Amino acid sequence: MAEQIQTETQSDSSVHTGHPTPLTYFKVAMTLSVITAIEVGIFYIEDLGLGIIPILVVLSTAKFAMVAMFYMHLRYDAKLFTGFFVGGLVLALSIGLSVLALFKFFA
Amino acid sequence: MAHAEAAAHGGEHEETSTGLNHRKLLMWAFLGSDCMFFGSLIATYVVYFGRSKVGPFPEDVFSIPTTSVSTFVLLMSSMSMVLAYAALNRGSIKGFRIWIASTAIMGMTFLAFQVFEFTDFANHEVHLDCVEIRTNEAAIEELTDYEKTFVDECVEGVDEFEEQHGLTPRTNLFGTTFFTLTGFHGAHVTLGVIWLLSLLFFSFTRGGVTPARSLDVDLAALYWHFVDVVWIVIFTVVYLFGVFPGI
Amino acid sequence: MTTLAIPLPKRPAHPTGVLAWLTTIDHKKIGILYGVTAFVLFITGGLEALYMRFQLAQPGQDFVSPEVFNQLFTMHATTMIFLGVMPLGAAFFNFVIPLQIGARDVAFPRLNAFSYWTFLAGAILLKLSWFLGGAPNAGWFGYAPITGSDFNPGHGIDYWAVSLQVLGIASLAAAFNFIVTIVNMRAPGMSLMRMPLFTWMTLVTSFLLVLAFPVITVALIELMFDRFFGMNFFSIGAGANPLLWQHLFWIFGHPEVYILILPAMGIVSEIIPTFSRKPLFGYPVVVLSGVIIGFMGWMVWSHHMFTVGLGPVANSVFALTTMAIAVPTGVKIFNWIGTMWNGSIDLRTPMLFAIGFVFLFIIGGLSGVMHSSAASDAQQQDTYFIVAHIHYVLFGGSIMAIAAGAYYWFPKMTGRLMDERMGKLNFWLVFMGMNISFFPMHFLGLDGMPRRIHSYDSAMGWDLWNLVSSAGAVVLAAGILVTIINMVRSAKQGEKAGADPWDGRTLEWSIPSPPPEYNFEQIPTVHGKDAFWMQKRQRVSTVPVAGASGDSHDIHLPQPSYWPLIASIGLLIGAYGLVYSATWTGIIVGAVGLATTVVSVYAWSFEPVNEPVEGAAGH
Ligand SMILES: [Cu+2]
Repeated sequence: MAEQIQTETQSDSSVHTGHPTPLTYFKVAMTLSVITAIEVGIFYIEDLGLGIIPILVVLSTAKFAMVAMFYMHLRYDAKLFTGFFVGGLVLALSIGLSVLALFKFFA
Repeated sequence: MAHAEAAAHGGEHEETSTGLNHRKLLMWAFLGSDCMFFGSLIATYVVYFGRSKVGPFPEDVFSIPTTSVSTFVLLMSSMSMVLAYAALNRGSIKGFRIWIASTAIMGMTFLAFQVFEFTDFANHEVHLDCVEIRTNEAAIEELTDYEKTFVDECVEGVDEFEEQHGLTPRTNLFGTTFFTLTGFHGAHVTLGVIWLLSLLFFSFTRGGVTPARSLDVDLAALYWHFVDVVWIVIFTVVYLFGVFPGI
Repeated sequence: MTTLAIPLPKRPAHPTGVLAWLTTIDHKKIGILYGVTAFVLFITGGLEALYMRFQLAQPGQDFVSPEVFNQLFTMHATTMIFLGVMPLGAAFFNFVIPLQIGARDVAFPRLNAFSYWTFLAGAILLKLSWFLGGAPNAGWFGYAPITGSDFNPGHGIDYWAVSLQVLGIASLAAAFNFIVTIVNMRAPGMSLMRMPLFTWMTLVTSFLLVLAFPVITVALIELMFDRFFGMNFFSIGAGANPLLWQHLFWIFGHPEVYILILPAMGIVSEIIPTFSRKPLFGYPVVVLSGVIIGFMGWMVWSHHMFTVGLGPVANSVFALTTMAIAVPTGVKIFNWIGTMWNGSIDLRTPMLFAIGFVFLFIIGGLSGVMHSSAASDAQQQDTYFIVAHIHYVLFGGSIMAIAAGAYYWFPKMTGRLMDERMGKLNFWLVFMGMNISFFPMHFLGLDGMPRRIHSYDSAMGWDLWNLVSSAGAVVLAAGILVTIINMVRSAKQGEKAGADPWDGRTLEWSIPSPPPEYNFEQIPTVHGKDAFWMQKRQRVSTVPVAGASGDSHDIHLPQPSYWPLIASIGLLIGAYGLVYSATWTGIIVGAVGLATTVVSVYAWSFEPVNEPVEGAAGH
């Protein structure tokens, strides 16, 4: 941890060139941990009923997006990479949901 | 794959039609393709959710606190991985080694959790406090559906009922789909750990892992983060949704 | 460069003879390997079909037993799709794509060799099943639960599942390779909308492959786990729903249909402009139609399941999407006709096959639209009408186009033209044979003859058309025989072709036939569509690109390697062991194979693309 803070000052200038610093990575990690804690916390509130589904979907989507954007550098990298990945992801999601609908999962 | 190709294509901007590196493009196409792989496995799991004819069911075996810890470990390994890459790009081979080693260790910790979890499920025991059940009507309501099917075992004179009913891939649809999905994720993690340890090993050989060839690490990192995001989905869909008492 | 501590066999420097072919990573040689292997396998699939046609020629025959008949139709379809049409397409991807985009090789030459050897491993494994206890017998889409070990003991299905997994690895590796090659290795100036149509369709096909194969991989994993480890994915007793297999299979299976037909459309889109001496009519529309077909191919899979009871809503949705997908296909047909319109048409053999493709594909497309209506499909499901449809699109479509491509690019591959007179005979025999054989199947289907039956009673009234169909199969076989003779003879003593025998439009015709190892002495600069045509007519200069120029001595090509071959041999051994994984011998053999592959992948990683050449001065 000491190393991250120390290097943060060295690479401060890199913020302008669009590259994240170790501090950014650390902040992302903290956010991910907090979201996971919230997810697990919410899980124990039984009164939410089915309402928990949208909440957890939003929270885990946020986690997914943060890892992809910051740790996998998609935010800073060529759009084509995002296209390849999101293409597969969206197709998997649409087909998966269609299959569930065909099995009357949402009925 | 080919380290040597990196040597030919080192540097930021490449002499390719798009200016992008061949291997990095390949990696992203692979990750897009792997989305379809895990998508199919997850869809299979969800389609069969709640259709098992015999127990144990998710709420009998899952321990959310335990899995939360292993989820946390895997998330932190992603941070450690990205710091390893950043360290190498800074030119700090020492920093690289520290962070890549800790990433690998966290990956192995995650796998250890999974091994523990799998054996724990396989040795699952149904445990009923028959005295409590006889004296307190409400106690039955606290039991899972699967445990309720054993209440009749609490005959006169039995104070405690205990019987092994493990969950294996053959037990029911839940076991089949759960072990296959998480098993393939675990296999991805295992491959990732081997990759990370290879990078660590070759950082000690001459010219093995150098800042000029940070692309080798970049590719391993992309793979590692992907395994992490797949787990984010599995944790929510399989574990949290699977046993939420309100559903 | 890092070296491994373990002793490695010395890399072949300038191999000759058989060794040169075993270690080659030259996309042209790999293309020829793909083509020859797939053609041989195609013939074995044809023989399997002939057995069936002999059996069905007369009512109530017992030429082959019902058990063998089940194996024949399963192996015929699996062979034709995975060992015939797909790798024949891959042969053209390999040989033509780098030449069309002005590149010296593919992006990952050794991965390319690995694709070929792994394809061969999968083919050997599948065909081996005939001799090791019986071939698979559950049809090419292997519906659950008939593939389960309760209903299907023995190893046929194991060989089927395992070999399809191996073939999947080969296809995936090749598809990733071609995506990167086409996206990243185009000659300067060749923007996406200047790419030849065949290159475009290869790109779309490659994307379909990398997205569709993981789904069949998962389905096969589930089947294998059920069979090998007693899991419950498809055991109805445990609450499983066999429709899961059907969904997973057809989510893969329908895009697979486009994987088989899009390269064919690409080939035809090259040949028709060349022999009409006109640019392709509506190039952007043809490209867009291909992309839309690739995209919409994901939305129609349940049209294979209209009769399983998905309900009226699902059936209607899939009927509508299926009818809609006919639109971009129809658009392409009009574009091909528009290209020929007013062109000065040269009816050489490649053009004959291309026109044959358009004609037969229209028939196959129309019967396809017929069963896109869920109500009428209920009558056609599992009858010979479907068999007729699939043969019009896959033989009339894919194979006719592949034959067109073979006649078209043969001179580029060998430096010699194929004989025209035999070519014409070849075309007419195949065209007549295919229609005599497959058209009556429409009547049989509408008369209610179910597919996959071993024999039938004379009272059913199916005698005549079955006999006609079988006679057509013999004519067709004669046509294929002429292909073989023509190819073998022309390769030896055909007329010398020269670089550009057809007055071609794309870059592959700008270099000698057969092309030198390095393809292009200077990487060309592209100024528009039909790059070579422009170069010939408008005298556009091809300014050499900095860094990519130089005389041939200076061109550093990737060098041959043993590792792709050894890695594939490891896969073959490992997969063979997997079939017998219930025994210790199987586990040991599997482990040996896996270890071989792992070691080769490591060795491959540390083998440089180019060994430093002694005494050679760099650029
Ligand atoms: Cu279809």
